[in-house]
Amino acid sequence: MENILEVKNLSKTYDNFALKDVSFNLPKGMIMGFIGENGAGKTTTIKAILNIIQNYSGDIEIFGLNNRKEDGRIKENIGVVLDDMFFPEILTPNDINSIMKSSYKNWDEKRFYTYLKDFALPTNKQIKTFSKGMRKKLEIATALSHYPKLLLLDEPTAGLDPIARAEVIDLFQNFIENEECAILLSSHITTDLEHIADYITFINNGSILLSKTKDELLDHYGIVKCTEKEFKTIHKKDYIRYRKTKYAYEVLVEDKKEFKKKYPVEVVDKITLDDLMVLMIKGEEA
Amino acid sequence: MEIIISNSSGVPIYEQIKEQIKAKIIANELKTNELLPSIRTLAKDLRCSVITTKNAYEELVKEGYVKTIPSKGFYVASINKEIILEEQLNQIEGFLNQAIVLAKRNQIPKKAINEMITILYEEE
Repeated sequence: MENILEVKNLSKTYDNFALKDVSFNLPKGMIMGFIGENGAGKTTTIKAILNIIQNYSGDIEIFGLNNRKEDGRIKENIGVVLDDMFFPEILTPNDINSIMKSSYKNWDEKRFYTYLKDFALPTNKQIKTFSKGMRKKLEIATALSHYPKLLLLDEPTAGLDPIARAEVIDLFQNFIENEECAILLSSHITTDLEHIADYITFINNGSILLSKTKDELLDHYGIVKCTEKEFKTIHKKDYIRYRKTKYAYEVLVEDKKEFKKKYPVEVVDKITLDDLMVLMIKGEEA
Repeated sequence: MEIIISNSSGVPIYEQIKEQIKAKIIANELKTNELLPSIRTLAKDLRCSVITTKNAYEELVKEGYVKTIPSKGFYVASINKEIILEEQLNQIEGFLNQAIVLAKRNQIPKKAINEMITILYEEE
């Protein structure tokens, strides 16, 4: 399978934070959910991919091209939604259309206005009058209107109500029906990712904790809930993390079926991405 | 085609898709050589991931219910009735085994189980 995006050993040091040896691949036709705490390094990674931060080490290839050498050619084929709005507030959607028309060869004005209409966004009002949700929708409309092949989306559904989120998720799934495309999507709304993501990449404190297919994670990983006495019988190599709560032990295991065969515990729950994040970050290592 | 996915059943989603398509093929609701939706369309319409639908189709191919024609898509295979029968028998054996384990654990004699099966079978 061909990769649209390859991040190899990306490192970047700030005074109080560092990205350490971040590597992952995003294959064609796939959606990758990028998860982690605030400040874990998601936005920095996305900005390095976009080549808008300086002095990072490692190699990033997009469409098989080096992101530093082929910046222009790559940007033409990327659609971006960043967590912080990048349009000046005094612009209107009409202004954005004119700007984008002159910056992208493939800009499709008709498509842009169709999105605006679908999202019920006014075309001639300044962005500063827009609500947070309207701004997000405008950014998404802008990101999709020049037929990009790779979408880099940093919290694209933040601030959207459930109905708007469903609309946006549908747009992303329509986008990915073209198997030449791919999406890297960071989100705290992990239920969105639980539905549509093919891969999950989990970053913590600047390092990648895991990068796997979502089905592998959600179908195999499990949470064992047991008593202290039962916990003491579990071999260290059979779990990944554990957490002691007031009334029970919560134990993260990699293969719930195998675990059930081996240990006679009562409760082995399936896992959500939220559970996984909490246990990986807050839990004690085996 | 109707496919109903539960996100809380604990059964992996690819398995739910696989089993439901399989049931439709066995029931002849999906006919031999009928074109199935593409992996991507099915993922979009079920709001699940492409890898999930791909896994479901791959398993159906492996089990002989679906055939794939490269660059065209997935079609319902002409299924062998004997293979289906065999699989159903395997399933029945599995259920009976569970029942027997339970019976033995509680010292319930073979005769009682046989009688139970006879009664249940005739009631159906």
